[in-house]
Amino acid sequence: MIEGRSLSWHYGENEVLRHVDLVAHPARVLGLIGPNGSGKTTALRLLYGALRTATGEVRVDGDRLEALGPRETARRLAVVVQESGGESSMTVGEMVLLGRAPHLATFQRTRTEDRRIAGEALRRVNAAHLGARAYAGLSGGERQRVLIARALAQQASHLLLDEPTNHLDIRYQHEVLILVRELAAELGTTAAVVLHDLNLAARYCDDLVLLHGDGRVARAGSTDDVLDPVLLTEVYGIEIERIEVEGEIHLLFRPGDGTRHEERTA
Amino acid sequence: MLGHAARRRTAVLWTAGLGVLLVATVLIGIGVGATAIDPLTVGRIIGHHVLGWPGTPTWSATDDAIVWQVRLPRVVLGILVGGGLAVCGTALQAMVRNVLADPYLLGINSGASSGAAAAILFGAGAGLGEYALQGSAFIGALAASLLVFVLARSGGRVTAIRLLLSGVAVGYALYAATSFLIFASDSAEGSRSVLFWLLGSLGLAQWNIPLGIVAAAVLLTILVLTVTGRSLDALSVGDETAHTLGVSPERFRTALLVLVSLSIGVLVASAGSIGFVGLVVPHLARRLVGAAHARAVPVAALCGAVLLVAADVVARTLLAPQEIPIGIITSLVGAPFLLILIRRMHAISA
Repeated sequence: MIEGRSLSWHYGENEVLRHVDLVAHPARVLGLIGPNGSGKTTALRLLYGALRTATGEVRVDGDRLEALGPRETARRLAVVVQESGGESSMTVGEMVLLGRAPHLATFQRTRTEDRRIAGEALRRVNAAHLGARAYAGLSGGERQRVLIARALAQQASHLLLDEPTNHLDIRYQHEVLILVRELAAELGTTAAVVLHDLNLAARYCDDLVLLHGDGRVARAGSTDDVLDPVLLTEVYGIEIERIEVEGEIHLLFRPGDGTRHEERTA
Repeated sequence: MLGHAARRRTAVLWTAGLGVLLVATVLIGIGVGATAIDPLTVGRIIGHHVLGWPGTPTWSATDDAIVWQVRLPRVVLGILVGGGLAVCGTALQAMVRNVLADPYLLGINSGASSGAAAAILFGAGAGLGEYALQGSAFIGALAASLLVFVLARSGGRVTAIRLLLSGVAVGYALYAATSFLIFASDSAEGSRSVLFWLLGSLGLAQWNIPLGIVAAAVLLTILVLTVTGRSLDALSVGDETAHTLGVSPERFRTALLVLVSLSIGVLVASAGSIGFVGLVVPHLARRLVGAAHARAVPVAALCGAVLLVAADVVARTLLAPQEIPIGIITSLVGAPFLLILIRRMHAISA
């Protein structure tokens, strides 16, 4: 479980996040959604300690994040960041093995067990055939899957992903999020995902936190509750309609049609 | 599946092969010169001094003096400087994530040259006695790296790009200062010495305290970089990645900077700025055994050592009895070599 209480952050004068509360539960997938610049990525970075909140605090399984130290943090939280490391001359296998770093002492060499776990992680993202390839030579989508494999190799009980569907084609967008759901269901992993695509959020997240453009929480709660078309239309500034097909939420977008929404609500 | 076992085997083979090559280069390198001495005798003389075996000399006292007093210290300095520059270059390329980074990126060589120029031309550092030159070069080097570090810091953080830019700026400024010092003095002899310093030389090598300091600094650097190889791997991918893998990027980079700056300062103070070794050898090492630093660092050290000892033989003999500054040789060999590596690299990643 990850609890962020009253998280704030500003770059210079520009406040990007204002007193945001969020909780990610074990065996559930939490989605962070909101328009560009609403502070989704910043909120996630505060959760894994790349940034330190000036107000409030972050707790991981009840322990204060700051008290954990970098290695223990990396054993508990696995993160898929947007940084690709494309200039690296490592092989895919070496890149995934780096995920074992938090479990190894500085002097310790990688063990057979670590290589088995790394190989298993690569198989899980359908990238076993890439193992000996140069990481720099991969496509954007292949890299993204390798980075997810590295996070899996960390075997942490919490998985944080910053727009993991970037660079992925439609099939892999779904496969990655299905994988996240499976981890939550099978291992009880606590998952938190920053997502742009509201329909992916609707389909794969149990809980959502919707951020306003000014960095405040617009609404937090169950996916059904947060995906309120009136609220979404207000936050995103685009007409959004919600339909349900066989119990599944789908959102439809009508750009440049704000007037109709006002007429209807008036 | 991860190609791991094959890479480890390759690394062991290269390390062993390069070790043998280094020994051969040393024995031949010491034998070559105005008085030629065969490698076997060179081996015996070194064995006699180091191990006390063979006990009774079968060689002349002159040969003994040439090998033990003149050429061996020079070769040992060559090994240390070559190996040291190569591993420092490897570490810096990982730290700033730029394959064009070299040990002189931090302006340390310019700082050392300025210090040396001040000592040669104006007698700065006279209080240091016989080590005035090396002492003031070292002080110049440390001052330069401190300046780069302070300039690169912003809000308590040292980022890769700020480090790169501050290093380049300080380097140019100090290069100008050195040139001005040469220009402002009328001593032709002094100017020649400074020039020699800027191009590098192993001519100052003796069995003395500075050589011991160089050895300690280089061995410590190689050891630390090898055992922290995995953290260096993580840092070379990116700061955010390093953080998520349990390596604090700022703290680790700062610690490495201190170690590498001290090491390069010592190297430049004892042999001047020898170009291209620290830039080219890391590429060569990664090409041979892959990018994982636990393997690349020792291989880079060996390659750098072999390269510099060989380059020094050429520098001593090509226009004998005149000695060519070794930096000219390394640059002549290094530049085309780098071009070949870059062409090949392009073919793979593009």
